[in-house]
Amino acid sequence: MAWNEPGGNNKDPWGNRGNNQGPPDLDEVFNKFMKKLNGLFGGSGSGGGRNGPSMGSSGIIALLVIGLVIWALTGVYKVGEAERGVVLRFGEHVNTVDAGLHWHLPPPIEKVLKVDVSNIQEYAHKSTMLTQDQNIIDIEITVQYQIAEAEKFLFNLRSPVTSLTNTTESGLRQHVGQSTMDYVFGDGREDIALNTKDTLQQVLDGYDSGIRIVRVNMQEAKPPEPVKAAFDDVTQSKEDEVKLKNQAEAYRNEILPRARGRAAEMLEEANAYKQEMVARAEGDAQRFNKLYAEFRKAPGVTRDRIYLESIESVLSQANKVMVDVEGGNNMMYLPLDKILENRTVTRDGTASTGRTTDQSRNVDFNVDDLRTRDSRSRETR
Amino acid sequence: MNKLIGIIAVVIAVVAYTCTFFVDEREKAILMAFGKIEKTGFEPGLHFKLPFPFNEVKKLDGRTMTIDQRPVQFLTKEQKYMVVDSFVQWRISDEEKYFTSTSGGREQNAVSLIYRMVDDGLRNEFAKRTVQEVIAQDRSQIMRVLASNIDEKTDEFGIEIVDVRIKRVDFPDKISQNVFARMRTEREREARENRSKGEEMATRIRADADAQSRVLVAEAYRDAQSIRGEGDALAAEVYAKAYNRDRDFYRFYRSMEAYKNTFSSKGDLMLIEPDSEFFRYLKNPAGTKQ
Repeated sequence: MAWNEPGGNNKDPWGNRGNNQGPPDLDEVFNKFMKKLNGLFGGSGSGGGRNGPSMGSSGIIALLVIGLVIWALTGVYKVGEAERGVVLRFGEHVNTVDAGLHWHLPPPIEKVLKVDVSNIQEYAHKSTMLTQDQNIIDIEITVQYQIAEAEKFLFNLRSPVTSLTNTTESGLRQHVGQSTMDYVFGDGREDIALNTKDTLQQVLDGYDSGIRIVRVNMQEAKPPEPVKAAFDDVTQSKEDEVKLKNQAEAYRNEILPRARGRAAEMLEEANAYKQEMVARAEGDAQRFNKLYAEFRKAPGVTRDRIYLESIESVLSQANKVMVDVEGGNNMMYLPLDKILENRTVTRDGTASTGRTTDQSRNVDFNVDDLRTRDSRSRETR
Repeated sequence: MNKLIGIIAVVIAVVAYTCTFFVDEREKAILMAFGKIEKTGFEPGLHFKLPFPFNEVKKLDGRTMTIDQRPVQFLTKEQKYMVVDSFVQWRISDEEKYFTSTSGGREQNAVSLIYRMVDDGLRNEFAKRTVQEVIAQDRSQIMRVLASNIDEKTDEFGIEIVDVRIKRVDFPDKISQNVFARMRTEREREARENRSKGEEMATRIRADADAQSRVLVAEAYRDAQSIRGEGDALAAEVYAKAYNRDRDFYRFYRSMEAYKNTFSSKGDLMLIEPDSEFFRYLKNPAGTKQ
C-alpha cells in the first residue's frame, strides 16, 4: 500500500509495474486505455504501432505488447479523499477528477497534478501597525483558507500562498489604518476581521487565485510593549475610580444610619422629656392641690407650720453665721477663707493655684463688702 | 524485418522528440528561428516545430508573479519619513515585447524595472499626501493609481501590472518612539482623569452624605425642641390650673420649697440677721416685736 499514500508523487512508483494488480477494475482500466489510445491516434494521427506487426516474429510482438502494457500501467493513479486530480495532456488541461483510482494516458502524454481542496488551512499573521489616529498597535490574526478551484490555484499564480500572505497584510493594514485605536480594541474587532476577509477575497478573486477565504479571526489587538504599562494603568485607574466611589458610598452607608439613629434618639429624648415634664407637673399640681385642700381648712396654722418647718430644714443643714446688727463698731472676723477652702478641696481635689487665688479674691470681696456694710458686728458660731 | 521495424521506431522517436514541444497551462512559449522570434501566442498543448538548428523554443512563466518590494523610507507632504513596504503582482502580457525588452526573457531585468517604477511611483504619491492621508484615506487610491500608471508604462515591455499593494506604512523607529511617548501621555491623561473623576464622585457622595446627616440631625433637633416645648406648655398649663386657685398660697408654698432646695448642700454659708419671723422667739420668749 505504500504507493497509495495521500499526496504521493505524481510519477507512479515502480510498485505497480509487474505485480500487485489486485484491483478488480483492472480490465476495465485496460479497456478504457485501449479506447483512449485509439481515440488519440485516430484523432491526431502521426503514425503508430499498427504499421509494422503483420508477419514479424511473434516474440518481438509479444515483447512490444508487454512493453506497451507496462507503459500503460504507469498511468494509473489515485486521488485522495481531500484532493482533486488535474490532468494535463501535453501541458493542456483536459480534465479534473475527484477522489478515487484513475488512469491517465501514460507519460509523457498526460500527467496529473494533485491539489488538496478540502482541508482548511490556517496561518497566523502578527504585526505592529498604525491606526488612523496615528497610534501604534499590535495585531494578530489568523486566516483560514481553502483551495476552492484547483485549476486556478495551479495555473494562475506562481506563488499563491505568498500572494495570500502579502494580501492579508495589505488588507489588514488598510482596514486598521482606517480605524481609530479605540475602535480596533473595542467594538471594531469583529468588523475589521470581516472587512479584511472581504478585501482579501476580493483581491484574490481579482488574481483568479482559486483560493476561498473561510474565516479571518482577530486573535489579539493590544498596545505594544513600550506603552503597555500606560494602558494597564488606565485599566487600573478605572478600577481606582470605582474603588473611590465605593469607599465614599461605604462612608455614606456608615454615617447616614448613624444620623438617623441620632435623630431618633433625639426625638425619643424629647418625647421622654415631654412626658416627664407633664408627669412632674401633674404630680406637683396634685401635691399642691391636696395640701391646698388642707390649708383651706386651717390657713393660719398650716402656713406657720410650713414656714417654720421649711426654715428649720434649711438652717439645720447650712453653715450659719448669725449677725446681730446693733450700732457699735466692732470688727467682725469671719474665717471665711478657711471655710471656703474646705469646700474647694472637697469639690475638686487638685485645685489649681489660679483657681484658688480667684476664689480667695472673691472671698476678700465678700469680706470687704461685709465690713463696709456692717460697721458693727458680733460673731456667733 | 526486425531491423526495419527497429529503425522505423527510432526514426519516429527522434522525429517526435525534435519536432514537437509541449506548452503547459502555466507557460508561455516563443518559437525562435535563428535567434529571431517566429511565433508566439501558443495555446497549451502539443505543437510542432522544425528540429534544432532551424527552430528553438523559449518558455516563459505565464502565471502572475509577485515582487516583494524592500521597505523604503519616503517623505510625505509635511516632510515626515514613512517606512513603506509593498508588493507587486505582475505577469507577462506580450511574450515578444517582453522577450526583447528583457534581453532574452531574463526575469531579473523585468523585476528590477518594475521595482524601480513602483519605487518612483510610491515616492511621488507619498510626496503629494500627508501622513494622515497616507495612513487612512488614500491608501487604496494610491494603490489603484500606481497600478494603472505603471501598467501603462510597462505596456511597451510586454508586462502587465496586475496589482500594486501597500503593506506597511509605518513611522521609522525613531519617530515610533515619539509616538509611544505621545501614546503614554495620552493614557496618563486618561488615567488621571479617571482617578480624579473617582475622587470627584467620592467627594460628592461624602458631602451629600454629610449634608443629609446634618439635616437629619437638625430636623430631629427641631422636632425634639418642639416636643419639649409641648411638654413645657402642657406642664405650664397644669401648673397654672392648679396654682391659680390661690396665688398667694402658691407663692408662699413654692418659696418654702425653693428655700429648701436652694440651701440643700452642706457647704452653704449663711449670714443671718436674727430679726426674721423664724427668730421671733430667739431673743424674746414673748415673741413680741422688738
